[in-house]
Amino acid sequence: MSLTPEPAGATEIGTASPAAVGARPSDARVATKERLALLRRSKSFIAGSVIVGFWVLCAIFGELVVPEDPLASDPINDLIAPSADHWFGTDKLGRDVFSRVITGARDILIVAPVATILATVLGTALGLVTGYFRGAVDDVLSRIIEAFLALPVIIMGLLVAVALGPSKTTLILTIGILYAPIISRTVRAAVLTERELEYVAAARLRNERTPYVLFGEILPNVQGPIIVEFTVRLGYAIFTAAGLSFLGFGIPPPAPDWGLQVAEHYSVISGGFWWTVLFPSLAIATLVIGVNLIADGVASAFER
Amino acid sequence: MLPGDVARRVLGPFADQASVDALNHQLGTDRPLVAQYWDWITSFVTGDLGESINNRPVSDVLSDPIVASAKLALLAFVIVVPLAIAGGVVAAMKEGTFRDRLISVGGLSATAIPEFVWAVFFILIFALGLGIFPTTAQFPEGASIFTQVKYLLLPAACLVCTLFGYIARMARAGTLEALDADYTRTAVLKGLPQRTVITRHVLRNSLLPTIAVVATQAGYLIGGLVIIEVIFNYQGIGLTLLRAATQKDIPVLQSGVLLVGVVYLVATLIADILYSILNPRVRLGAAE
Repeated sequence: MSLTPEPAGATEIGTASPAAVGARPSDARVATKERLALLRRSKSFIAGSVIVGFWVLCAIFGELVVPEDPLASDPINDLIAPSADHWFGTDKLGRDVFSRVITGARDILIVAPVATILATVLGTALGLVTGYFRGAVDDVLSRIIEAFLALPVIIMGLLVAVALGPSKTTLILTIGILYAPIISRTVRAAVLTERELEYVAAARLRNERTPYVLFGEILPNVQGPIIVEFTVRLGYAIFTAAGLSFLGFGIPPPAPDWGLQVAEHYSVISGGFWWTVLFPSLAIATLVIGVNLIADGVASAFER
Repeated sequence: MLPGDVARRVLGPFADQASVDALNHQLGTDRPLVAQYWDWITSFVTGDLGESINNRPVSDVLSDPIVASAKLALLAFVIVVPLAIAGGVVAAMKEGTFRDRLISVGGLSATAIPEFVWAVFFILIFALGLGIFPTTAQFPEGASIFTQVKYLLLPAACLVCTLFGYIARMARAGTLEALDADYTRTAVLKGLPQRTVITRHVLRNSLLPTIAVVATQAGYLIGGLVIIEVIFNYQGIGLTLLRAATQKDIPVLQSGVLLVGVVYLVATLIADILYSILNPRVRLGAAE
């Protein structure tokens, strides 16, 4: 059940004949190709990819290139202002802020995408089932989903973190499960229109098994909204993960997580130690803006 | 339904098992969960929220913070709603121009930046850099309304930043749709001045979906309040819930979360009702 678009085939846009009976697969391939071409031309997509790409590189190679161990404390040299030795200064334990900001990309770039993939898979399955079956199944599942949505995400995350204790896994599960209902609503709406189309009726008349109709026939046709929803939710996942980390319910110390760095140092802001909070904040801000630019590009390419 | 022994949490790891059991019995936390829940929910509806683990009535613990949070939320809403609607309408009128891109893309990017990041930026610029605002939101006891607003302006501004984009986008979408509609064309063609067309025909229709969205933002607002209250050290419901969560003060946490849920539901309900009052089509459609 791969969500990535298939690689574009050799079919040219002009050669796909809409009249051909078995034209659906090649039509889909042409559409995918057109979308990718649109994406390549989208300024916001390119700008977003550059920003996010930078942070992905930091997440993968950051530990190798940073000047100091991000966890090594040096209490004698605490709260030093930015200088040639410490580009972003040092924090209240004397740790190098530059090294911590660069390596801090890793945790959030593991937590947010994994949580979003979890939410997308769960939400897609739920949306397909509720949209396709309607009736009692839909009613029961939809009420349960609404119960999940009855509390703000941050409050739910706070309760779960208190119950299970803060950890990366808790954070991923919380965000993944809380965002699944939101994604399922979008998928459900798309499935509701798809299920009335002739190809679904044809598959049913061919006596195809229901899982095949759901995942083999309908799923490829609701790909667009799912991909758009994934990129949008990724932005929100970063937002929520950073917020929970800031509250102390995310990634536990001494990890160089950005939200955690702000949480550990906002009490010293009034002492004038601005570098301890400014740089992690800028890191979060650029990452979410990058993801949002990508989402903007994807949305305009996939929603005609 | 949090795991972990409540009495053990209160008394600490060195208390002997007998006193832990005794406290659990006194608090009722040794009884079956269903029985505990029934007792709690029946007294909740009669207004008795029980006592916190520090022996203060829960209603006392929660009442002041709720008022405080409401003040902050109200200030944020009073600023953001007119601003975002105006922004959305301007973006729609100038569709495709730089101003439109700035408001819609910039607004959404602002929405995606976490509240505490805005708080850091604002505190660094306006409180430390320029020194025109205080770094905390906790105004002195008995402060005048102007002082209170001064203290609350920075936290409210952070909430405004995270709410602006979404509301503006809805206002923009609604206005675009209304500008495109036949009745707008008719109004223009029959020679009404542009002002009249905008206020009487476009805005009346375009603001409907926006109003529904404003109320659904209540959820984000509450989540944002928790974070903003922590960073600005403001004694509101968010900070109270957070403290209750870390101290495992279950009675306060339970009632506080339920209250938040109720506020959230009421906001959504009000949105639905407002929507049908303002939109005759929905009202008449339902009556058929």
